[in-house]
Amino acid sequence: MRASTQVPEWEAAGLRREEYQRVCELLGRQPNSTELRMFGVMWSEHCAYKHSRPYLRRLPTSGPRVLRGPGDNAGVVEVAPGLAAALKVESHNHPSAVDPFHGAATGVGGILRDVLSMGARPVALLDSLRFGPPEDPESRRLRDGVVAGISHYGNSVGVPVVGGEILYEDCYRANPLVNVACVGLVPSSRVFGAAAAGPGNAVVYAGARTGRDGIGGAAFASEELASSSAELDRKAVQIGDPFAGKLLIEATLEALQTGAVVALQDMGAAGITCAAAEMSARGKVGMVLHLERVPRREGGMTPVEVLLSESQERMLLVVQRGREEEVLRVYRRWGLRAEVVGEVTPEPVLRVYEGDRLVAELPPEALTGAPTYRVREEEPPNRRALRETDLSDLPQLEPVAALLRLLRSPSVVSKRAVYTQYDHTVQVRTVVPPGGDAAVLRLLEAPPRGIALSVDGNGRVSYLDPWAGGAGAVCEATLNVACVGARPVAVTDGLNLGNPERPEVAWELAGVVDGIADACRALEVPVVGGNVSLYNESEAGAVYPTPVVVALGVLDDVAHVVPAGFQAEGDLVVLAGSDRVSLGGSEYLRALHGRVAGAPVRPDLALHRRLLEALAAAAQEGLVRSSHDLSEGGLLVALAEACAMGGLGARCTLSPEFFGTRADLALFGEGPSRVLLSVPPGRYEEFAELCARAHVPIRLLGRVGGDRLHVSLAGLEFSAPVEELKAAWEAYR
Amino acid sequence: MSTGQEGPGGGGPRFGVVVFPGSNCDRDCVHVLRHVLGYPTEFVWHEEEDLSGFDVVVLPGGFSYGDYLRPGAVAATSPVVRALRRFARAGGLVLGICNGFQVLLEAGLLPGVLLRNRDATFRCAWVHLRVERTDTPFTALYAPGEVVRMPIAHGDGRYTAPWEVLEDLERAGQVVFRYVDRDGRTVPEANPNGSCHHIAGLKNPQGNVLGLMPHPERCSEAVLGGEDGLRLFQSVELWWRRDRAAGPERAHRALDLQDSGVGRRR
Repeated sequence: MRASTQVPEWEAAGLRREEYQRVCELLGRQPNSTELRMFGVMWSEHCAYKHSRPYLRRLPTSGPRVLRGPGDNAGVVEVAPGLAAALKVESHNHPSAVDPFHGAATGVGGILRDVLSMGARPVALLDSLRFGPPEDPESRRLRDGVVAGISHYGNSVGVPVVGGEILYEDCYRANPLVNVACVGLVPSSRVFGAAAAGPGNAVVYAGARTGRDGIGGAAFASEELASSSAELDRKAVQIGDPFAGKLLIEATLEALQTGAVVALQDMGAAGITCAAAEMSARGKVGMVLHLERVPRREGGMTPVEVLLSESQERMLLVVQRGREEEVLRVYRRWGLRAEVVGEVTPEPVLRVYEGDRLVAELPPEALTGAPTYRVREEEPPNRRALRETDLSDLPQLEPVAALLRLLRSPSVVSKRAVYTQYDHTVQVRTVVPPGGDAAVLRLLEAPPRGIALSVDGNGRVSYLDPWAGGAGAVCEATLNVACVGARPVAVTDGLNLGNPERPEVAWELAGVVDGIADACRALEVPVVGGNVSLYNESEAGAVYPTPVVVALGVLDDVAHVVPAGFQAEGDLVVLAGSDRVSLGGSEYLRALHGRVAGAPVRPDLALHRRLLEALAAAAQEGLVRSSHDLSEGGLLVALAEACAMGGLGARCTLSPEFFGTRADLALFGEGPSRVLLSVPPGRYEEFAELCARAHVPIRLLGRVGGDRLHVSLAGLEFSAPVEELKAAWEAYR
Repeated sequence: MSTGQEGPGGGGPRFGVVVFPGSNCDRDCVHVLRHVLGYPTEFVWHEEEDLSGFDVVVLPGGFSYGDYLRPGAVAATSPVVRALRRFARAGGLVLGICNGFQVLLEAGLLPGVLLRNRDATFRCAWVHLRVERTDTPFTALYAPGEVVRMPIAHGDGRYTAPWEVLEDLERAGQVVFRYVDRDGRTVPEANPNGSCHHIAGLKNPQGNVLGLMPHPERCSEAVLGGEDGLRLFQSVELWWRRDRAAGPERAHRALDLQDSGVGRRR
């Protein structure tokens, strides 16, 4: 596998010179070539978080509901007495750039098995996607391939895709982002872990057979993308089989019922090497592995290939000694391979045999103990200049024409054409399907409770102001969950950035993580896990720093769910939350003026917290009939969407004292912590009192009714038929 | 009510819900039958060869055997489907939903095939259906011509058959559900997958086998956005009660009843 004779072996394995020296120190000897390859994948950025770990320590990760936090395969939080939700997000950016269909499909498969590793049954998927502009045929090919891949895998395994987002920017053209999140349910008392324990216990391999696919995938995911390498990298992309994935879910849940399983983990990035090393290291034990017992798809595989293969749909389990047969029988009944491939040993050494030959002998803690790096953080001077751009000379546009263009903008337009390709009603839990602010699933195990889920992130805002982007993602995701009437209880975050060895990216990473950390701390919502994808760069440069945040909320009663669209003629239209808006980083500025500049509004976290509480209380008391958060496109787009979703018009007056002098700032300016509500007139006083008590500002804008959206603002009057708004908003390309 | 035959779910017809490797609506069906309706309901493993303990066997949705070859093709050769043929011949009720409908066609229990959707993409949406026959064990509680709403979720739902088969089906009144708009019209936009004659659900001539693409189990509780599916299962209960009241001649009597007005071709 060596690229050329000039390249030292450690470099071919993906290590730096000083890392190789560190390996030699840890071992007290030179590693053999198999061991070196194992270090290469385990010490890759993808597996080891070498550049991100120092920052991730800043995130608040505990709370009264948290049963498992970061460090496990998925976070676990209690959502009802005795019932817990496991959640995790993961990126599959690099594989999707090379092979969008299989890259995205295996991303779904992998995240399902992370949740399964906690003993949870997967009940929901969400996807957060970024591509180049859809006018570009290559970007469209990537997008349609990714959507088809998610659809293929999710539909087949019968886990509903209940939410997501798709946003477009030039910077994602050659490096799309594919983040997939999964939520599973498990009784609180039956949460599993991935710490090997009990010397003498069996190490069991279960699932599909091992082939040569995905070898070195973790290392591949830790490099920048070069367009010329696409063909070469194809072998680093795994091929998923959702049928095997489905069988693995059912068989594993059944195997866990036997009570014989001690611990389990998906064989994902870095395959059996990573699973064996991490499980051993967590339990401070060792393992003996016999590679010749690993079921193989093809002949002639070398030990390195077996050790590094990222073939999909495989789990590694530790099973009580003497009870192996019970577990093997379950898997075989489901038509899967299952073999005892080793055993747990008391001394913390991972010994790998191929037949009688010892091919590797390594301490698991060395494999999982990659060094971390701190890179000098530096804001690039042009970024500050961009943020401080004076936008006051921006030409004003005719509002109705601007609105229609914004509604058609690919990032704003309804994604119905996408989510109808995903089965979102399977498992009979979906109370609010995709298309609203957050999806709602009922908890069959704890009626009438439900959970709400939303995934959000704005790379453009993060690019201009990383802190505002990180905090803003938390605010938007939690606000969406609150809009449907839930209280956010946990988040998981996916960070997607460029090459962290550059000071500029280090600065972005620090800012984004600080933003998330500050917001989560202020809102008392823990981060129970996450994913970091770095080196998202191509020849065209780095992607915008793109945090995506998945918020999980809890509803006491799904009967109190609040829809996003207007519901009834005569209801009062109210804007609640912050008054602060900016055109900086807005969709209006990008889509209609072709500029990415200005200073986005930084969230007021104390206000945001009060707003979340007020919304949950108002929903619980039935005071609001609809609720929709303001995001891309600002107030006027939110109004148009509420009209389009509800099939009802509205007549609104925006008073200049609150909305300033620039009409476009009032109409299209963006800022966090803003919600558009409709309130039955008879409940308005009660609602206003509730908001006053919570110190949440509200503005009465007008009334729901008719078949047009009519707006007046300081002498400016305009209106548009709801049908026309709806047609524009549904013009998915 | 009490007959001494109740299973874990209480009184009512005994349902068996088949689990093929790759089935993914089996648990949903069991939820509705057992917990919403209280019928005695069991999972039936795909290797089972004895279905004699059941009044109704449900083939649920999903991707049986990964839908390799063709949707439902491998499942149609499984032991449980061999048993299902005997079960159906003896007058037992068989309900195939989505992938289960595909299995029934592949097994030859209903005529025709389901091809890739007209626009070649998977489609998950609510659709309107017109109930064409209310004299079947599955539809007695609907009104003739009633328009109902149910979710679909499939990539291969375009019902297709040679024109002479379609003519036979129409003449014999075997079309049970048709895709329509909210006003009950068979306009092209109301056909989500390009099915011939807007066919969403079919019965066999005897009426004891029904296959349909929409998912009644996903619309049997108001919280999920609709309850129109519930009456399909309750119709089965009604049929079962009448049948039991009728005594030992059960299956034949029931089927004769269904056969009235049905062609004599088979």
